[in-house]
Amino acid sequence: MIEDTIVALATPPGEGAIGIVRLSGPAALAIARGFWHGAKVIPRRVQVGTVREPSGEIVDEVILIYMPGPHSFTGEDVVELHGHGSPLALRRIMELCLAGGARLARPGEFTERAFVHGRLDLTQAEAVIDIIRASSEGALRAASGQLSGVLRRQVEQWCQSLVGMLATIEASIDFPDDVEEVDRAELWRELDGLVHEVARVRSTWRQGRILREGMRLAIVGRPNVGKSSLLNRLLREERAIVTDIPGTTRDTVEEQISLAGVPVRLVDTAGLRETADPVERIGVERAYREVERADLVLLVVEAAGGLTPEDSAIAAQIPPEVPVVVVINKTDLAPTLEGKERLAGEVGARAVIAVSAWSGAGLDQLEETIRHLVLGGELPPQESAVVANQRHFTELATAERHLAEAIEALQGQAALDVVSIDLREAWMSLGRITGKEVTDEVINEIFSRFCVGK
Amino acid sequence: MTWDYDVIIIGAGHAGSEAGLAAARLGARTLVLALSLDAVALMACNPSIGGPAKGNLVREIDALGGAMGRAADASYVQIRRLNTGKGPAVQATRAQVDKRQYQAWMRRTLENQTGLELRQGLVSEILAEGGRVTGVRLATGLIFRAPAVVVTSGTFLRSRVIAGEHVQSSGPSGLLPANELSRSLASLGIRLGRFKTGTPPRVDGSTIDYSSLTRQDGEEGLRFSFWEWPSHREQLPCWITHTTPATHEIIRANLARAPLFSGVIEGTGPRYCPSVEDKIVRFPDRESHLIFIEPEGRFTKECYLLGFSTSLPEEVQVAMLQTVPGLERVKVMRPGYAIEYDFILPGQLEASLAVRGISGLFSAGQANGTSGYEEAAAQGLMAGANAALYGRGQEPFILDRSEAYIGVLIDDLITKEITDPYRMLTSRAEYRLLLRQDNADLRLSRRAHGVGLLDDECYRLLCEKERAIEVERQRVAEAVARPGPATDEALARAGTRALREPTRLADLLKRPEVNYRVLARFDEASSGVDPEVAQEIEVQIKYEGYLSKQEDQVRRFRRLEYLRIPEDWDYRSLAGLSSEATEKLERIRPRSLGQASRIAGVNPADISVLLVHLERRRRGGGES
Repeated sequence: MIEDTIVALATPPGEGAIGIVRLSGPAALAIARGFWHGAKVIPRRVQVGTVREPSGEIVDEVILIYMPGPHSFTGEDVVELHGHGSPLALRRIMELCLAGGARLARPGEFTERAFVHGRLDLTQAEAVIDIIRASSEGALRAASGQLSGVLRRQVEQWCQSLVGMLATIEASIDFPDDVEEVDRAELWRELDGLVHEVARVRSTWRQGRILREGMRLAIVGRPNVGKSSLLNRLLREERAIVTDIPGTTRDTVEEQISLAGVPVRLVDTAGLRETADPVERIGVERAYREVERADLVLLVVEAAGGLTPEDSAIAAQIPPEVPVVVVINKTDLAPTLEGKERLAGEVGARAVIAVSAWSGAGLDQLEETIRHLVLGGELPPQESAVVANQRHFTELATAERHLAEAIEALQGQAALDVVSIDLREAWMSLGRITGKEVTDEVINEIFSRFCVGK
Repeated sequence: MTWDYDVIIIGAGHAGSEAGLAAARLGARTLVLALSLDAVALMACNPSIGGPAKGNLVREIDALGGAMGRAADASYVQIRRLNTGKGPAVQATRAQVDKRQYQAWMRRTLENQTGLELRQGLVSEILAEGGRVTGVRLATGLIFRAPAVVVTSGTFLRSRVIAGEHVQSSGPSGLLPANELSRSLASLGIRLGRFKTGTPPRVDGSTIDYSSLTRQDGEEGLRFSFWEWPSHREQLPCWITHTTPATHEIIRANLARAPLFSGVIEGTGPRYCPSVEDKIVRFPDRESHLIFIEPEGRFTKECYLLGFSTSLPEEVQVAMLQTVPGLERVKVMRPGYAIEYDFILPGQLEASLAVRGISGLFSAGQANGTSGYEEAAAQGLMAGANAALYGRGQEPFILDRSEAYIGVLIDDLITKEITDPYRMLTSRAEYRLLLRQDNADLRLSRRAHGVGLLDDECYRLLCEKERAIEVERQRVAEAVARPGPATDEALARAGTRALREPTRLADLLKRPEVNYRVLARFDEASSGVDPEVAQEIEVQIKYEGYLSKQEDQVRRFRRLEYLRIPEDWDYRSLAGLSSEATEKLERIRPRSLGQASRIAGVNPADISVLLVHLERRRRGGGES
């Protein structure tokens, strides 16, 4: 009876030593195979490999365990992916699962499936119901907590305009004698505006994540250019240290500070240099991975030494989409730097800031620059809608896709009855965000807006 | 007990006629009791059949062996297509019919039906013993015994007719009301609601000045029934006029005398069928509303004024009409009126249209709170069939929301709170691209034949059509159009680009501009294809992507739809349900998890909880 495959994070979201993404359902293995790179999957065996982007880029090193049904926790095919617990990588793995055809599990759904497939005995039924009830209420609380008043109002407003568009179409279909033909150009204009709005708010997902989990700020540079003292300076400057998070290796150290109310994870990486020492090389590779995941990279160079070929080599390793700020350190020792502009151009740096980690000079300017870059120039204004919840993000993305398809259908001269199919799907996705039941709203709208009937 | 009949139908309107015919087709000895034999299949309101969504119902009734489509085909005075530019799912056929001819055809069909007796009689009581129906008693005292009874009493239950200050206990068109039957239903413990509806004045067509009015004509080559072509005939036009500010002035000046606003009417009226006074109050900015003038028949001058329903006093109606272009000197033949009536709250029904709690009792049509001839006939057919199946101890015949508009209609009735007379709308059907009027036979006729509702001759025609579609599908998938003058010219005329290389016809049909008419210009074989087969192929090819989208949605829908819930479940004993869900589930008693999920107030967590309890019960986990 159950045909779909569900996915969820099996560890609480946030930082943990390890994070598990769990898939359950007939397509679990097929979905995992879409991004799993490693040995041939053997049932009930712990296997090490990587999760990769379609482009081949590594998302995370993971352990994969495949448990075919019916001898699994849920009684269905189950795949578990154990990652390193970085919320960024885990979320990316989730996204890959969703893109592969899984859907987000409802609260308590794994337990529910386990029960329905006979994996839990009858005495546990009450407990299962308690779990469903509690996790549904917990999720409801969590979701409504994350559904800011602003986002709710925004989504409700979209729903309202979709209901309006649907009512216009439906009224012209159900009451062709009474209602004028639909103005397709007008409908197109309205939809076009709507899809851009949805896309804009959906894209705040990243910003929302930064607000929620903090931005990742990686400090890189040659050994002994003063990365650690810069980190310490930033930490000293900001007394609002939230936590000390031990790094996953001894080579990277994470600290969290609050910068103008935004949590910032500072990741001090090992010095980056060519090395033959295998242990050190692990550290260097990890540092580069941090760089790839970062929301912003501080590339530290020395004022005195000038721009070295090593600095340029490091700069070349930073992916072009990651914004970079060049920090010229030790200005107390040598006030100028040759080739500063060249370096900035080479790495496409957003800014070049001169500081002295030792004296604290230039630190204010650096912080100001960081804040400016991370938040797109300013903190999001209070009245703007920001997406902070994976489920909301998924529904927005679905709505956006259906809206785009509706526009495409309109452009392709498709009939209104098929356009309405996509509009309805988009509306239902948005409705699931606010949790409002959407039964007869279109019909009510028809009768309130149009004078129809005999 | 010895039974006089297997099934008794109370009422011979649109629901009762189809109910009687369906029961008799299934072999039940059937008695149809008409309040007046002269009012069989009476069209008490507008003289038309079909339209968006309603036309789909007519085609489904026809596909299930019902009579409505053939009756309309036999009696139409005008037939045309609506929504032709809005897509295949919503194209609709609508006919203006000759009311007397329609009635005569239906009455003759009832009289000719083997196993059916048609008789005049006013039912005053439904007899029941120990929670089971045993028959009916007429007002004259006569008793008929049967194990199954179908109530199709329309708007006659305790009905009152109202125009201005004039209020009269009466059924529609001056017929008797069924007051005692209403009390009998209530005394069986059935909860009743009260609705109202209305009808416009009828006027003498020879007193209308048509010179300034817009004319609306019919089309050739259309029909409702899948099974036979009606005879060709001359069609009659309809005419369009409109209200004026002067009309609105008169209405406003007399609102205090409008029963809708003076408090005389308590029942809830249909939103989609507002009276003209209602329109003017609710849309004060509109300066004009359309009025469609429709002939009531070929052998009468009487005309129906669609859009002008009113229950204002008769003399006000006359004054209003004289302000309408073309109607300045019009003579009223019957005044408009409102009618208020009891109906059975349909939440008490099962999907078979059986009334819960009284074995053998079924109900259908306007008595269930719907409006419209088509909605009534569709329910009548299902209730009549299920009454006959019940008598034989067989499983009921049920259509789901993905199979038919009839399924949507009945599911809505039994699942939702019905707050005003229910009219079928295409927007109520989630899977309407699959529920087209052109494929009703392909969707339903095979099953109908299996149940016994559809005769062998129709079944043979269905098989022929299915085969023809299959063959043609194959042909266009293989046949190739080649570039050349004839092809290029045909494509250019259709406004699409010429061929660069040989192309399969099926691929050509994917172009929005290309249809069978275009193909026929250069492909001989395409010109010989039956138009209904051609239409089916065009839809299948052009809408392939959307059709498969809807089929996916249907698959998702079916997952829960066929998980049956035990009938005797005590929801109050189930741990974990929200109190609102418990209350609604106790009242509505859904037959499946799918139906439960459509009840307002039952949320996904409640469905999960029900799923767990179902599993527990399946494994024999005690009382829950």
